[in-house]
Amino acid sequence: MIWDIVIKLVIAGAVFFFVLNLAGAHTWLERKQSAVMQDRIGANRATLFGQRLLGIPHSIADAVKMFTKEDFIPANADPFLHTLAPFLSVFFAMVAFAGIPFGDHLMLGGRMIELQVAKVDVALLYIFAMLSLGVYGVILAGYASRSNYALLGAMRASAQMISYEIALGAGIAGIVMIYGTLDLQEMVRAQGGLAWGFLPKWGIFLQPVAFFIFLTAALAETKRTPFDLPEGESEIIGYFVEYSGMKFGMFFLTDFVETILVACLATTLFFGGWQIPGLSVAGFNFFGHLIAVNPVIYALLGVMSFTLKVLIFCWLFMAIRWTLPRFRYDQLMRLGWQYLFPIAIANVVITGLILALVK
Amino acid sequence: MEQPQKTVQQQLETATRSYDPNTGLETRDMLLNIGPSHPAMHGIIRIVAKLDGETLKDIDVEIGYLHRAFEKMSETVSYNGVMPYTDRLNYVSPLINNMGYCMAIEKLLDLPVSERAHYIRVIMSEISRVTDHLTCVGASAMELGAFTVFLYMIKAREYLWELVEVVTGARLTISYCRVGGLKSDLPEGFAEKTHAAFAEVRKVLVEVDQLITRNRIFFDRMKGTGKISKEDALSYGMTGPFLRSTGVNYDVRKDFPYAIYDQVKFEVPLGTSGDNLDRYYVRMEEMEQSMRIVEQCLKQIPGGPVAVDPQTGKPMEASEMVDRAKMGQIDKITDKIAITDPTLEGSDSRVHDKILVSEKRVSLPAKEDTYGNIEGLMNHFKLVMFGHGIRPPKGEVYFPVEGANGELGFYVVSDGTDKAYRVRVRPPCFTIMSGLHKLLVGEQMADMVPTFGSVNMIGGELDR
Repeated sequence: MIWDIVIKLVIAGAVFFFVLNLAGAHTWLERKQSAVMQDRIGANRATLFGQRLLGIPHSIADAVKMFTKEDFIPANADPFLHTLAPFLSVFFAMVAFAGIPFGDHLMLGGRMIELQVAKVDVALLYIFAMLSLGVYGVILAGYASRSNYALLGAMRASAQMISYEIALGAGIAGIVMIYGTLDLQEMVRAQGGLAWGFLPKWGIFLQPVAFFIFLTAALAETKRTPFDLPEGESEIIGYFVEYSGMKFGMFFLTDFVETILVACLATTLFFGGWQIPGLSVAGFNFFGHLIAVNPVIYALLGVMSFTLKVLIFCWLFMAIRWTLPRFRYDQLMRLGWQYLFPIAIANVVITGLILALVK
Repeated sequence: MEQPQKTVQQQLETATRSYDPNTGLETRDMLLNIGPSHPAMHGIIRIVAKLDGETLKDIDVEIGYLHRAFEKMSETVSYNGVMPYTDRLNYVSPLINNMGYCMAIEKLLDLPVSERAHYIRVIMSEISRVTDHLTCVGASAMELGAFTVFLYMIKAREYLWELVEVVTGARLTISYCRVGGLKSDLPEGFAEKTHAAFAEVRKVLVEVDQLITRNRIFFDRMKGTGKISKEDALSYGMTGPFLRSTGVNYDVRKDFPYAIYDQVKFEVPLGTSGDNLDRYYVRMEEMEQSMRIVEQCLKQIPGGPVAVDPQTGKPMEASEMVDRAKMGQIDKITDKIAITDPTLEGSDSRVHDKILVSEKRVSLPAKEDTYGNIEGLMNHFKLVMFGHGIRPPKGEVYFPVEGANGELGFYVVSDGTDKAYRVRVRPPCFTIMSGLHKLLVGEQMADMVPTFGSVNMIGGELDR
């Protein structure tokens, strides 16, 4: 019993540590990625013991700056709600990671350890629930700030969330129908093996339409360009316009954490999670030859595969962010309701028909 | 008596309560104060908006935050002394302002200027037009969220500003023109440098074109927003790319050719619908046309080599020398002499005559004459001493040039003294700003950004 708790705590700690650090590293990656795309050098002024280290100290400098800045609450704002908003925002983004499986189970000392913080049967629903709750932080920030700009940002955020959550849910329905489960760990297991003998049974190959709906809607969830209307830095500055110091930092962090979360989800649902094509518990299948792999190494390889896929998605989101301009409010709604949603529904219907015919 | 129009703030303060007929809930319009310190209000203006949701129902535009009394200042200094002030009108394309002001004074003096000087002025103002359009399109794209495009454009602008720096010694506050000519001639190898820079700029333009022109998001954001009809544009006195995007074929360079614009071939791109997208197209095409003009000018320009032949040491660009000196690297420049103003060669040099009119009442003598003989010295002092200087005859004159934003006109009244009695600038973006509500009211809050960006409001020019 005590061991179960300790193991869960260790896993939760590891995930927490990994996500927060990746979010920190993300600020650096984003700076460098945008610099590469824009023919610049990127941030490289901060030093650590006189070393520039390719600008990595900027992530630390950022954190120091955020923590030491004055925490300002506007005179007419509600201090309690104003303070609560960033916490809500970052909390729901963080707890959503509990449902993400980042590896197959690990056998250690006769104990089977699931590499997932919480084994929830409806992990997918749980994550979407947390994602949706996250918007409360944004709305609250807008309303509690007593600023017209923040209010506009919050309005945009809520409208965006409502329209995209539905497209997202309907898009995912196809994948749920194919794998027949809401348990993400089971879903990833179902993605092992090959379809028609040559393709990995990954979601993207079985449900390509669902993947693109998911990608678009998920980008909208992360509130980054081209869907950064709630922020809209050149129009309304955003829902966090009245925040300073670490409270602003928390919104900032939420952005990155949500990006990582969406990358994790995309990996889990469509890119086989921790699966490596050809690798199974029995060993690595190399053109018919089975090469045995130590179970611990097998589990670790899975974790590495998962991490790599997540990083690739993070990079993809960054590349999109620095390429596209921003949508307008009504254009965004039109895209969500008039294009994505009907396509998602059509996808569900067609998937259902095919499943019915195959069975 | 006619009641003065209520401001947005007054409208909202005195508004009666209104109720939504469907829900019975009270609805109120929101007052949103945009600017003067707001990321989209570059150049500092303030827009007070009445918002219904995201729709702009009414706006008040407040200008004047950058008023520096250009016109009054111009009445207090000599005619050539105004030159640095004109740099600060449209500070994205200062060479055009220089040219406009100089040509107004020359018209007042009825002074013919050498053809080479005119060619150089045209070359420099067309380069400036490209930099201006690059800045405008880049900034609009940035405000739409395409930050990368902005940096590409700025990169291209950098190549052109290097050219400007090579010629004038400065990047922004160039003060290059003089009444009757120019401060200095083109440096050696300018044509090659220009061709190289244009190649880079064209590369960037192609890249940007691929990035945003057919980008669905960009297209939808620009198409149909910030629309103005031909009649409205004309009645507000709008000019430049703004007017041409509505389909009116008016370009000062074509309709009232000045300098040597009648000797070069170029086309005036026209839009059809007068929306943001058309303005973007017009600007993109105008850049190409401007480069075309410069290339023709470089072919046709009369006159030969220009740079000073150094007697000792290795020559160095004056601008580079200044940069070195600023960084304290004196040792690197001690044995060098600067490639400077060709006027240092003296009035017997062929070059001096080519860029400055040989009219003793207007042009400063060559420095060698000033330092070398008494006539030169007297001439110099008669022009620079307090109470002396250029004295145009009594009269008034209006001279328009095609600025990057439209017709940039200088109206100068002379009372026969060494200072202008009155100088009035017709800034192109002032008329556009006065019609801003036509463009914005009824549109979404988010449309304000590309529309205002396409106005290319330059605070220095607007508020003077």
